[in-house]
Amino acid sequence: MRPFSYQRATDPTSAVQALSAAAASTPLTKATAQPLAGGTTLIDLMKLDVMRPAAIVDINPLAQGWSAIELKGDEVLRLGALAKMSDVAAHAEIQRNYPVIADSLKLAASAQLRNMATLGGNVMQRTRCSYFRDVSYENCNKRNPGSGCAAMDGVNRMHAVLGASDQCIATYPGDFAQALIALDAVVEITGRSGIRTMPFAELHKAPGNTPDIETTLQPGELISAFSISGRWPRSVYLKARDRQSYEFALSSAAVALDVQDGTVRDARIALGGVATVPWRAREAEALLKGQAFDDGLAQRVADAAFAEARGRRHNSFKISLGKRVVARALQQAVTMEI
Amino acid sequence: MTAAAPEPKENMGQPVPRYDAVVKVTGRATYASDMPLDNPAYAFLVTSAIAKGRIDRFDLDEARSVRGVIEIVTHENAPELKESKLFSDGGYAGTTIQPLKSAEISHDGEIIAVVIAESYEAAREAANRVKVSYTATAPSATFDSPGTTAAAAKGQNAQFKEDAKVGDFAKAFDEAEVKITAAYGTPTQHHNPMELFTTSCAWMGDNLVIYEGSQYVYGLKNGVAEQLGIDPDKVRVVNPYVGGGFGSRGSMTPRTAIIAAIARRLNRPIKLVPTRDQGFTIATYRAETRHEIKLGAARDGKLVALRHEGAEVSSRADAYCVGGTKTTTRLYACPNVDSLVSIVRADRNTPGFMRSPPEVPYLFALESAMDELAVQLNMDPVELRRINDTTNEPIGGKPYTSRSLMACFDEAAKAFGWAQRSPQPKSMSDGDWLIGYGCAATCYPTQMAPSAARVRLQRDGRTRVEIAGHEIGTGAYTVIAQTAADRLGVPLEKVAVFMGDSDLPPAPVAGGSNSTASTCSAVMMVCDQIRQRLFKAVMPDSLTEKAKETVGISPAPTTQAAKSDRPLDIEKAFDALGVGVVEEYGEWKPDGAPLDSFRAMHSGHPRLVGGHQMKDQIAYAFGAEFVEVRINRFTHEIRCPRLVGAFAAGRIVNPRTARSQLMGGLIWGMSSALLEATEIDERYARYVNDNLADYLLPVNADVPGVEVIMLSEQDDRINPAGVKGLGELANVGTNAAICNAIHHATGQRIRNLPVRLENIEA
Ligand SMILES: Cc1cc2nc3c(=O)[nH]c(=O)nc-3n(C[C@H](O)[C@H](O)[C@H](O)COP(=O)(O)OP(=O)(O)OC[C@H]3O[C@@H](n4cnc5c(N)ncnc54)[C@H](O)[C@@H]3O)c2cc1C
Ligand code: SF4
Repeated sequence: MRPFSYQRATDPTSAVQALSAAAASTPLTKATAQPLAGGTTLIDLMKLDVMRPAAIVDINPLAQGWSAIELKGDEVLRLGALAKMSDVAAHAEIQRNYPVIADSLKLAASAQLRNMATLGGNVMQRTRCSYFRDVSYENCNKRNPGSGCAAMDGVNRMHAVLGASDQCIATYPGDFAQALIALDAVVEITGRSGIRTMPFAELHKAPGNTPDIETTLQPGELISAFSISGRWPRSVYLKARDRQSYEFALSSAAVALDVQDGTVRDARIALGGVATVPWRAREAEALLKGQAFDDGLAQRVADAAFAEARGRRHNSFKISLGKRVVARALQQAVTMEI
Repeated sequence: MTAAAPEPKENMGQPVPRYDAVVKVTGRATYASDMPLDNPAYAFLVTSAIAKGRIDRFDLDEARSVRGVIEIVTHENAPELKESKLFSDGGYAGTTIQPLKSAEISHDGEIIAVVIAESYEAAREAANRVKVSYTATAPSATFDSPGTTAAAAKGQNAQFKEDAKVGDFAKAFDEAEVKITAAYGTPTQHHNPMELFTTSCAWMGDNLVIYEGSQYVYGLKNGVAEQLGIDPDKVRVVNPYVGGGFGSRGSMTPRTAIIAAIARRLNRPIKLVPTRDQGFTIATYRAETRHEIKLGAARDGKLVALRHEGAEVSSRADAYCVGGTKTTTRLYACPNVDSLVSIVRADRNTPGFMRSPPEVPYLFALESAMDELAVQLNMDPVELRRINDTTNEPIGGKPYTSRSLMACFDEAAKAFGWAQRSPQPKSMSDGDWLIGYGCAATCYPTQMAPSAARVRLQRDGRTRVEIAGHEIGTGAYTVIAQTAADRLGVPLEKVAVFMGDSDLPPAPVAGGSNSTASTCSAVMMVCDQIRQRLFKAVMPDSLTEKAKETVGISPAPTTQAAKSDRPLDIEKAFDALGVGVVEEYGEWKPDGAPLDSFRAMHSGHPRLVGGHQMKDQIAYAFGAEFVEVRINRFTHEIRCPRLVGAFAAGRIVNPRTARSQLMGGLIWGMSSALLEATEIDERYARYVNDNLADYLLPVNADVPGVEVIMLSEQDDRINPAGVKGLGELANVGTNAAICNAIHHATGQRIRNLPVRLENIEA
């Protein structure tokens, strides 16, 4: 860890101001000033010397305005970026109408972490790639652009089989983002010129040739809220992992269905633990729409979701595992009582 | 009585609460790095990023410019230290790789610089700013890596004396009706005790005080003195509480003498708190092992041939090995036995003891193979053990002092509901989950070592016990207090115990599960010295000399005079003696301990005896473990909802602390089957998952059901305390039981640990 200045934001404008110090060309993660929410990712990475901000802007004082959980007009769910994971997971309306959201949060991390961590921080959490988190490895393109990728031919059991490039195969580790991307969430961003919104699907960037650039946020921009239209009571978050709690996904599926009279009207599938970014499986979804559900269809959908997947030495199992997780999540969603 | 405090059975003490419960729960227990120092400087380690090669250059400018930096010590300016030999060669060290001696690097994460600063934060920041240029050469990481060398353990490790053999294995195996040949593997594991590998050193003139979590304060004191070239009496090691050891603190690591020497040079106390990931390379670990087992049996299940070949990884510098064939060749009756242990040298730090060092990997292989044999024989695996149960070990024919293996199997099977198991693999399920039941034997040698103790009794019954034992979380304070209270007949609340200080009378290393047996035997002996003094004071002169010898301590007093004075009336005895305090010091050693035992005890060499090395007998504690595994049909996730173990280990001094050890053992055993493994990047010979998020340990949700059964067992042939030791008993065999259960659930035999979901086939 290196010395840094600490500043508490008093209002959104001052927070944005304080965070805008960096030059526009700097990748967000290298910006001199970083926002602090729950700190469960940021402080870890600072201790590990991976992130070295000169200034920390604590945005927790904005919680008053930014932590609400609102169901507007019955049809829009709005979640403030500073809402705690645990509060959202425990919310009765969310459990009833958006089980995929409640479960993606409930099955993440540990109770202590969920009590600290915020939704905004959660979607912005960074990869758990061991080589990225250990600065004694020189070769990490995400940390050190152009230096190579130690994971590519190293220990890569946890790494991605979808969305990887020849520069980086690091998994996006979060769970909640899969629920958001599946439900076509919109993210609300507060910046210097006010508030803008964009589809959540446009927030994260696949590594390509610039694995150091992880999102489309600019320095000085903060996530203030997420919103979701419609209700999704028939939705499931299924997570396969090494232990029963407190563990990242080896493979997960966020599934939301609209089934009427045995026919699938609408289907949403997102994949966690297997891709470099929150991952929507649109081709797979298309196979479901308008069809009568059966196990054979579930299998074809699962195959389609992983059609492009590519395994490496230790992570190839994720392809077959991922397919089974998707098929099982679909079966669970179809048969759930709502 | 509650689950945590089981009702004592025959030959068990009371489940009294832990002596140190309140200070621990309230956070008042002081661990090494909690000890206040006067104006300390702080050390932070820089460790190597390569496993083999040399340091070309340090660029320290940026690091030195950090405010508060006092000094940066590298091989170019490090204090000179003398070498200490490996403990198994008569030294104190857990590794002979001495960092900061030259530019050469011999393993990943070797200490290459120590930054000293006015604050921890400054030291850490400066350490981050140290720049190192290396010339790396390709290292050999592990088995099968190019450049490793393999050779038999015998001849290179002084403590590995024999490859056990008896009869004619080759012929018997050849002629056997039923045969098994199978290869097994266990992974690298790290202890990861909660307390980090901290060290604080403070000099007062020529005297050095070391605060460090240690499982052997006398070993550390003597070892550091040797490295510094000073009189051991000038070194004191203090650690009233140790935040877990599991073997990692049994022998001296290089850091201690380095910090002590820097503190001397700077004339200031120094406090070192290394990071979790540094702990993976600056201390020891359990090395990966490989095994080949051959079993030959008659149709009725009787073993006729057994061969166990094991291979273990060690460093280039040191021939460490655990050699578990000493146990696996003696567990069952078998007339023809052969074994071989070899060591594979790689560019790694030196491995060392980790909870049940030989038994965990070696019994995994044997107890898996026994299950394979049972399957092939179409026999209940419990019955296979019964058929091959024995009262005498097969190699030397020596009798077990006591052996309750089958009683444990029967008790545990009953509690578990083994009778409900349908023997066919893949025949049990519940919704999405396939169910498997499995079992395995566990055992651990009974070991003892010389120990001293000092006990002081006051007229009002207040008692003070002094012994340089170690509270590594096992309950050592508690059982010592109970032993003294019982022996002197004073209330438990009046007994104060002082441990974890090398200025106290020597106790052995807290390793090999010998602590309770050794320290309690010593405390009993010294309490008896006090009793004798007191009894004699109130005994009539008419007592015969022979009666005087045993007065007060004979378990069955014969003379009327001796009988009449029980229980001891302390006040009356003090009055008769005319003193205020009675204090006794004594040195106890087990039968068969070598002649130099007491001298060695004071100079930090434990001289453990027991297990198969006893003269006319062999002493082991036994147990049986049953597990239920559930495997998700879709995700193949493996969960272990039930662990049931029954154990017999001689006298149980305190059923509460014993149960806690056994429960922790079962959980660790599960963990070593399904979760724990240090991953090695073979290209670099470096540990990758060196943190507690990626090195998987069980969380509460992984162990919903753990049941511990303690059997009553009396063994008067082992030591005066009648204690076999059980700290390392329960985490043996669990790994095999789980793989056996996985086979039952899926029909798939998995022979390499840990078992992860990708190892389960569709
Ligand atoms: C041991 C462990 C296990 C875990 N397991 C899981 C798991 O199973 N599943 C899972 O999903 N997660 C898991 N996590 C990750 C955890 O959920 C995240 O660390 C947490 O959600 C981050 O939230 P925070 O508020 O603490 O973020 P912080 O650490 O405060 O911030 C994270 C990043 O986001 C930035 N940031 C914070 N708020 C905003 C905002 N409003 N707008 C823009 N940028 C912002 C920060 O600058 C920082 O770079 C685990 C973490 C740990 C340590
Ligand atoms: S996978 Fe990405 S984050 Fe990991 S080492 Fe490679 S470049 Fe770095």
